[in-house]
Amino acid sequence: MFDVDFLVDRVFPSLNAGLWMSVKLIVPSAVFGLLFGVIIGIVRVFGKPWMQRVANAYTALFRGVPLLVQLFILYFGLPNIGIYLEPYAASVLGFILCSAAYNSEYVRGALLSIRQGQLSAAQALGFSTMQTLISIVVPQAVRRALPGCGNEIVYLIKYSSLAYVITCIELTGEAKVLASRTFRFTEVFLVVGAYYLFLVTVASWLLHKVEERFHIPGFGRPRQ
Amino acid sequence: MATPESVTTSGTPILRLENIGKTLGGKRILSDISMDVDKGELKVLIGPSGAGKSTLLQCINYLIPPDEGHIRLEGRVVDASRKSELYAFRQQVGMIFQDFNLFDHLDALSNVSIALRKVRGMSRKAAAERAMAELERVGLANRATLYPAQLSGGQKQRVAIARALAMDPKVMLLDEPTSALDPELVGEVLAVIRDLARGGMTMVMASHQMDFTRALAHEILFMERGSIIERGSPAELLAPGSGTRTADFCSRLTDLCEECS
Ligand SMILES: Nc1ncnc2c1ncn2[C@@H]1O[C@H](COP(=O)(O)OP(=O)(O)OP(=O)(O)O)[C@@H](O)[C@H]1O
Ligand SMILES: [Mg+2]
Repeated sequence: MFDVDFLVDRVFPSLNAGLWMSVKLIVPSAVFGLLFGVIIGIVRVFGKPWMQRVANAYTALFRGVPLLVQLFILYFGLPNIGIYLEPYAASVLGFILCSAAYNSEYVRGALLSIRQGQLSAAQALGFSTMQTLISIVVPQAVRRALPGCGNEIVYLIKYSSLAYVITCIELTGEAKVLASRTFRFTEVFLVVGAYYLFLVTVASWLLHKVEERFHIPGFGRPRQ
Repeated sequence: MATPESVTTSGTPILRLENIGKTLGGKRILSDISMDVDKGELKVLIGPSGAGKSTLLQCINYLIPPDEGHIRLEGRVVDASRKSELYAFRQQVGMIFQDFNLFDHLDALSNVSIALRKVRGMSRKAAAERAMAELERVGLANRATLYPAQLSGGQKQRVAIARALAMDPKVMLLDEPTSALDPELVGEVLAVIRDLARGGMTMVMASHQMDFTRALAHEILFMERGSIIERGSPAELLAPGSGTRTADFCSRLTDLCEECS
């Protein structure tokens, strides 16, 4: 069934271009999604009451509305109020906002799991609130949130395929174009599946390395 | 060795509590607590569960800010509304908690050195050297690279003591430092505290370790429902037939211990 010439001449070149676009979508979304997720998670636990309310509302909104609908609003809706986003910008923005909301949930859980006693101990030693956050709370919370946030990155790799719906042609988009031109859906989408599997495998491996690098006895799963 | 008699009662006390009161959730937790703690003195707080011992100790370093009264360190009233003054004050008052409260993500050495680096601004190297010296003092130099999850309860509490000592506190507050420990680990922690007492460290300690208290306390403060209802030397309060609430409470405590052992 696999036609090597078709794969080499048509499938790989267009999918590789799509893969590159996917990577350009995923990497900044993952980095900033994590960064904002950590900040929003901290605000949700340690912020002033009004800041907590804003951050909670943000999280509820972006976790509660389907990502596709968010992307439609960013791309098709914002022009109504005079804001025009490129498909790529709209996609990355949508992904960052969404994964930040999910990551903030993991970070919040991790922060709440840090025992009040450790905060009292830091205060008793003369730490300021900010120093306590930076030296005690965040290093522990990041470690506890890492598995969850890693999971979120794996999801992000897969939901990045939604970008093609707002005409940012990435891996899935290229595949769809190619498949409808050639009507060879099976081959094209099997290869696309393999590409995503590859991306997820690389990401999982990297995340595992990071977890290992930051491993401390008593945190998360024991080192194998 | 500092015996109870050798404490000077003249001059300003290191720590003075003046009419401390605290209400939490509409409930009066502490009322009108006053005491003077002189240099080198060990005061032991005793009393039933819920008497307010932990709350009082946490009021002293403003982990729970008192609503009434004043706290003086070496004669100066602490103005806790000024953050920098509060942080500077807390550096001079060491605190030991019942459940250790070590920083879980740091090894023993870093648990001791982190405040030296972040709060005192010492260099990494100088802080590590000082931390090592403190770990040696509590007999844990060979455990410096272990994390809290790898230490026994007694070892954790000794690291916590080293962490407080590294800040050169003028006073130490100890909240039932051995009550979360398995019985066989109590001795090693009490030995460290005993050495501190003999070395002249000023301490206020909530404890139900009666043998230790009898031997080392300069004064026992018996608390109940947020007030100090009896105070005096162990000899006065614990003498057989003295008829004090303290003696009564302690004899019941001893019966309890004999029952469970
Ligand atoms: N945040 C709070 N709000 C309301 N009540 C509180 C609060 N914290 C403590 N209390 C109450 O204050 C009282 C004193 O508590 P505290 O922990 O100081 O007692 P304790 O003498 O240390 O007891 P234990 O021997 O059990 O440690 C208790 O009745 C407790 O229920
Ligand atoms: Mg208590």
